[in-house]
Amino acid sequence: MIPTVVVGSARDIVEECGVARFLFTDFPLGNPFGKPWDKEMQSSIMDMALALLQSAWQGRTTIQTPFTWSEDETWRRSFMHVSQDQLEEYKKLGDVRRAEQAKVKKI
Amino acid sequence: MIKRKSYRSFLSYIDLSREYYAAHGYSKPYAWISNQSVPFTKLEKPLTECRVALLTTADLEKPPGESKQERHLSRKTYAQPVEKTPEHFYTQDLQWDQESTHTDDNDSFMPLNRLAECAQNGRIGSASPRFYGVMTDYSQGKTSKRSAPEILELCKEDGVDALILPAL
Repeated sequence: MIPTVVVGSARDIVEECGVARFLFTDFPLGNPFGKPWDKEMQSSIMDMALALLQSAWQGRTTIQTPFTWSEDETWRRSFMHVSQDQLEEYKKLGDVRRAEQAKVKKI
Repeated sequence: MIKRKSYRSFLSYIDLSREYYAAHGYSKPYAWISNQSVPFTKLEKPLTECRVALLTTADLEKPPGESKQERHLSRKTYAQPVEKTPEHFYTQDLQWDQESTHTDDNDSFMPLNRLAECAQNGRIGSASPRFYGVMTDYSQGKTSKRSAPEILELCKEDGVDALILPAL
């Protein structure tokens, strides 16, 4: 077996699954290794991931990085947001997706 | 200034996705894997003697197929030499926050350059000559019984001592 470290932002999913080592950054999904073009932050996260590989002594070890996405926390309310006045639209999108899935299953 | 909250700060993607897909007419929520026991492998060597690799769920390029579902079926586990890293990985079919951010900078989710720098400055022994890719699969059986052993084999071929898994 090979020692592993997961680096990511979906804390509940990773911790529910359970992994050997998890380096968590409280960011929107998409940039687990730091903000785009921010080399300093990315290097720092890499350094913490490597340190965690070495220092953890048992599974389910989670370490949180000190970074915040922004002072403004509106990003927390946009991803997968369900708006009550768009329910009909969601249902239609779901129907289209299910039709595609059914088509693929037949292939 | 003291901040107080009546909710946890970090988002629950299990809750969010359940409500999102219920609104889209899916009657049965996805059941996430929930393990009681977790395997753990200790790093037996100092990092300065280790070969370290990266594994991503992003694709090298857009897979063939009209729909996301068709493209998903054609995806396979891969190993790619680092010198053939794509200018941009294909991430559009994956679930990430496309409203708040972007994936134009590979190193923000697949930090091959940052890992290479660690090899150059002696923080690690070396970076693996190849990086690896695995598809995001709704099937937990396929992930653990097919994809994971494939990735382990690729790591062994390259003499990898430790693996970093950035989750997009």
